[in-house]
Amino acid sequence: MEFERHEAPYLAPKAQVSTVMLHVLIALFPAAIAHVWFFGPGFIFNLIIASTFCVAGEAVMVKLRNHKPKQALSDYSALVTAAVLAFALPSLTPWWVTATGALFGIVVAKHLYGGLGFNVFNPAMAGYVVILVAFPMHLNLWVAPRMGDIDYQYLTIIEGLRYTLTGSLPDILTFDAVTRATPLDVMKSGLNNARTVAEVRALPIMGDIGGRGWEWIGNFIALGGIWLLVKQVIRWHIPMGVGAGLLIPAGLMYLIEPGSNPGPGFHLFGGATILCAFFIATDPVSAATSPKGRFIYGAGIGFIIYVIRTWGAYADGVAFAVLLMNMAVPGIDYITQPHIVGHYDEESGL
Amino acid sequence: MSAPTYDLGKLHGGLRLDGKKSQSTAEPIHTIPIPSQLIQPLAQHVGDPAHPIVGIGERVLKGQLIAEQEGSLGAPVHASSSGRIVAIEAWPISRRFGDTAPCVVIETDGEDRPIERAETPPPFDTLPPDFLADKILQGGIVGLGGAVFPTSQKLIQANTCELDYLILNGVECEPYISCDDVLMRERAHEVISGAQVLLHALSLEVCYIGVESDKPEALHNLADALGEADDARIILKQVPTIYPSGGEDQLVQLVTNREVPSGGLPTDIGCLVQNVGTAVAIYDWIHDNEPLISRITTITGDGIATPMNVKVRLGTTVADVVNVAGGYTDKARQLIIGGPMTGKSVTTDRVPVVKATNCILVLSETPSPGPELSCIRCGDCAAVCPVQLLPQQLFWYACADDEKHLRSYGLTDCIECGCCDLVCPSHIPLTADFRKAKGRFRELADEKARAERARRRFEARNERKVLEEQHRLHELAEQKEKAKLAGPAAIAEILKRKRGRDKD
Repeated sequence: MEFERHEAPYLAPKAQVSTVMLHVLIALFPAAIAHVWFFGPGFIFNLIIASTFCVAGEAVMVKLRNHKPKQALSDYSALVTAAVLAFALPSLTPWWVTATGALFGIVVAKHLYGGLGFNVFNPAMAGYVVILVAFPMHLNLWVAPRMGDIDYQYLTIIEGLRYTLTGSLPDILTFDAVTRATPLDVMKSGLNNARTVAEVRALPIMGDIGGRGWEWIGNFIALGGIWLLVKQVIRWHIPMGVGAGLLIPAGLMYLIEPGSNPGPGFHLFGGATILCAFFIATDPVSAATSPKGRFIYGAGIGFIIYVIRTWGAYADGVAFAVLLMNMAVPGIDYITQPHIVGHYDEESGL
Repeated sequence: MSAPTYDLGKLHGGLRLDGKKSQSTAEPIHTIPIPSQLIQPLAQHVGDPAHPIVGIGERVLKGQLIAEQEGSLGAPVHASSSGRIVAIEAWPISRRFGDTAPCVVIETDGEDRPIERAETPPPFDTLPPDFLADKILQGGIVGLGGAVFPTSQKLIQANTCELDYLILNGVECEPYISCDDVLMRERAHEVISGAQVLLHALSLEVCYIGVESDKPEALHNLADALGEADDARIILKQVPTIYPSGGEDQLVQLVTNREVPSGGLPTDIGCLVQNVGTAVAIYDWIHDNEPLISRITTITGDGIATPMNVKVRLGTTVADVVNVAGGYTDKARQLIIGGPMTGKSVTTDRVPVVKATNCILVLSETPSPGPELSCIRCGDCAAVCPVQLLPQQLFWYACADDEKHLRSYGLTDCIECGCCDLVCPSHIPLTADFRKAKGRFRELADEKARAERARRRFEARNERKVLEEQHRLHELAEQKEKAKLAGPAAIAEILKRKRGRDKD
């Protein structure tokens, strides 16, 4: 009897890239529902547009690079990029803005660097930064959260869709009527106008800890993130690093001068901190490799977020922080090589 | 009964694998009947092949020496049953894919007549340690965990080091394999006695026996036997069921919390590891005069009708063993000698059972995991690596054939346990890639050595030429000098001769 030739080990692998990516998508689902609940169906439009352009961009690039599109698309990584981008965008975003970010992320940041596994920068954040540079005003158009006693004009689904497709509101409405500054923006401009943190926190857009509505989305994102931790799709080092890097300086500054420094809770639930900690910074391709390196990488992101929020020109700094730390990854990897068993200091050669 | 202890060092990573051992431990140990032919490879140990001392047509008895050891890492080979030598020829063996190697083929006579040994051997503790090491060599005993390093050589080497512990390896962490488990269950007393022989041969005072926690019966029986032996030098240690805690260096780390230095041996940090099967083989040889001619082997997998453990004469072919185990099932597609993580895939069941064969594994097709994708640097491989390497970085450098970084990232420290392969979501055959990269290292080293030899030859030749040239010039100068000094006299001489000739 003739037997087949194989190489050890002979047991089947336990995991698949597509399963990993699917887990990430599933983990974002509760937060997506919350997003629609608080900010209307615009999120769904953004998600559909981002997904379409990410998948189409990926298919074309893979084809151009003479790989099999079906195989590349079946790993769902383009959809994860699309989902993260959709979460980062306001619910009122014209389609070409979303498409620009999606295409830049996939075509330039991902495939021009060699595709999945070779991209230096997080594709979703690269796409987001391009939007931030090219269409800065669109990123400020957040509708106010549909919660409590905030007074603002609601858009119907049709009006929202029309805005997404044409970029114009019904004639009787103005941007000022339907949109509000984000809690981080409000905090920043408030502090710049010599208000105290307590005064800004008393505004109706602010919730119990962060911004009204935002903090609930944050809770659901955290829920998904914890599920990913339990499922061991991600490990704790990066989320904890982001938390430590952001909250420790925030906490210290808050203790020193609570009047002009929002507390760590506000930083945690304001802006994209939780999304960043569990879903953006944890992109393994563009992160550091060793556990220690990943903690440092996460802490770096957290710290840069704090610096940008506190002293920078932008209200939030997640995308810049992630891209800056992406650049630092080779250096971090170099200095955090784990101790190889059996290597002693004098001969480790590091 | 003395209970096992649990104080252990830390092992990084590893995997909890489905053991699948109960398949083969359900049956009692079967003895394989004498086959019509025994195929006994000359190389069943790490060193050079043994040198055959029997001729074709010669009759041999069970236990008779048929090949003498060659070189310091060699071991002798004994006939596993009585019969006639019919050939000494190349035969497929359980190396990768069943490559061939020279084997002694014995046609058995079915009588199984043992060779006459002198008187009953003296008690081992009356023998000097050096003598014991030599005697163990004559028994053809090598490490039965799979590495088949000659035991005597290990003892001789160990006696040049400062040793603290003897460690018996009863961990057997790979799935499916259960031969050491049943051995410890059925021959616990012999394991203890073997340990005592080894302690005496090494003049040591501490022996740990490491046994995995998924072998409660073996642990129980060993504890009982230990209680009866009442030997305080031997301590039973229960280690967690995590693959690869049975790797030699990993077991040392678990039991003593010492790390075997890179490129070094456990003896460098005062430990000597022997498999429990080796201990029993030593007992059989020292007490009962039976050299290493049989072993316990697991035959299992979903391609085997009745998985079981068998006592089998070395040289019996896998096909003969499979017959006893009820034959193949319809699912049988892969034949693996060894375990599912590190075993060797062979293409034919004509390969013989040798000293290293701890398991015959017949599996169905491995379900196709889909195509190999790009590494997404998820780091799961690094999390499970027992040596704390970064397989994702090594893979990167292996693709780039970057020798310098492969070395600094510890490729040569990879123990090829296969953990990283199993967790890789991109289904990259990391272990196979690392094996290839190591192969290239060896090639490079060979090439370098060849180039170095050629360079030295060339330089030596140049030097020789320079010396010769100098020598020649020197001689020439000397001759000239001589001629100059002898000049007038010589001319006079020549003229005289000339004149003489003219006269004639």
